[in-house]
Amino acid sequence: MRLTLKIWRQADQQSQGAMHTYEVDGISEDMSFLEMLDVLNEELNAKGEEPIAFDSDCREGICGMCGLMVNGEAHGPEVTTTCQLHMRSFTDGETITIEPWRSSAFPVLKDLCVDRSAFDRIIQQGGYISVNTGSAPEAHSIQVPKEAADRAFDVATCIGCGACVAACPNGSASLFMGAKITHLGELPQGQAERDIRVVNMVGQHDAEGFGGCTNIGECTAACPKGIPLDVISQMNKDLRTAMRHGL
Amino acid sequence: MTLVATPTLVHGSRSTRTTIALKILMAVSGIIFIAFVLLHMYGNLKAFAGHDAYNEYAEHLRTIGEPMLPYSGLLWILRVVLLGSLVVHVYAAATLWVRAKQARTTKYVMKKHTGAIFASRLMRWGGVTILVFLVWHLLNFTIGKVNVQGGATNDPYNLLVDSFEVWWLTLIYLVAMAMLGAHLHHGTWSALQTLGLTGTERSRTLAKRFAFTLAVIIAGGFSLVPIFVLVGVID
Repeated sequence: MRLTLKIWRQADQQSQGAMHTYEVDGISEDMSFLEMLDVLNEELNAKGEEPIAFDSDCREGICGMCGLMVNGEAHGPEVTTTCQLHMRSFTDGETITIEPWRSSAFPVLKDLCVDRSAFDRIIQQGGYISVNTGSAPEAHSIQVPKEAADRAFDVATCIGCGACVAACPNGSASLFMGAKITHLGELPQGQAERDIRVVNMVGQHDAEGFGGCTNIGECTAACPKGIPLDVISQMNKDLRTAMRHGL
Repeated sequence: MTLVATPTLVHGSRSTRTTIALKILMAVSGIIFIAFVLLHMYGNLKAFAGHDAYNEYAEHLRTIGEPMLPYSGLLWILRVVLLGSLVVHVYAAATLWVRAKQARTTKYVMKKHTGAIFASRLMRWGGVTILVFLVWHLLNFTIGKVNVQGGATNDPYNLLVDSFEVWWLTLIYLVAMAMLGAHLHHGTWSALQTLGLTGTERSRTLAKRFAFTLAVIIAGGFSLVPIFVLVGVID
């Protein structure tokens, strides 16, 4: 495959970035999208040019580190992570536009790398439960209904990649927060901190500069884990409950 | 050099100070509007019952609740509630609009809108359009009572018929109703979601279907009278 790539280049956080055009040839359709970028970077290295910075870690779709805006869609045209996107999803001779996540809360560090620490701080505000650790408790001492366990597990598959923010026209992180709040809210262990969790997480979300949710649904369409929109409803309900409880 | 937008954790967050609280205000005021337009539409359809039935309905709106309420009392209570809702709805929308602009200051070179219905992307400018229409509508039928054909203005039925016999006035109203329909298509579902009533796949599907049906009923119901006046069925 021969491709034309339009890629955002930015030297560092302070610099002005711009789109640059590159040509790559000899790309196999079995390559992953990141392997295609690796090929381009090897060529850039050989020419003595600065390679394109992009994030990746596990490259098997479970860590949430990679994430690129490919042709105007977060993680590209398939419902998966950028590392699990393959070149067979593109056609020979195609022009592909590659941009970093665009969010004021995710500043661009270099080229296609953004700082997603804002998500870490949202988690620090309640995306956990406070329990004494020690030896593993007896599994049956706290019973969890099957439906609750299933839903908690499904939404716990959120890997915090930030595609929801990248896709959202408002730059909102509601799907991410909703996933965490629903995951813990479905389980008995999550009840004690349920009210304070939603208030503190949403408070941090707003302070980070993310936008408000308008229930458009571009987030769930972009989510590589298929987190459904009803987690946002759950978050709204939990916030309303916290409001009634005076928090 | 700081690498992050907000390097610290915020303390003392309040549920009432969140973006979700603004959305709840928007949802509640929006539901008040939905109730109002349903009643308004019912009243308009009285035009099919003829001159006397329509005018009697209009007069009855003013005498409802008498003698407990003064003449036009209930109407004024409704007007205050609606004006209050409008202020809340527009304030919340404007605040969230500005926030959304600030949340992405660098635009994408290329952005697709996968997963979004067209109506959802019309909410803000569509809302502005409806607001502009509302001003015209009040001047036309309530405050100014402008009869473009120069006829009577103190007879609600005649004012209605005289207005919609003019093709461009009917067109303005039909365009406005299309915008209202789109606004309700997304807005009704969005309000239910904001209030936390769509927490399952089933309820989400039902809410979306309900929103679409309501939008068609309201936009369609309002459009019937202008269309039937224009073609001469109501005269």
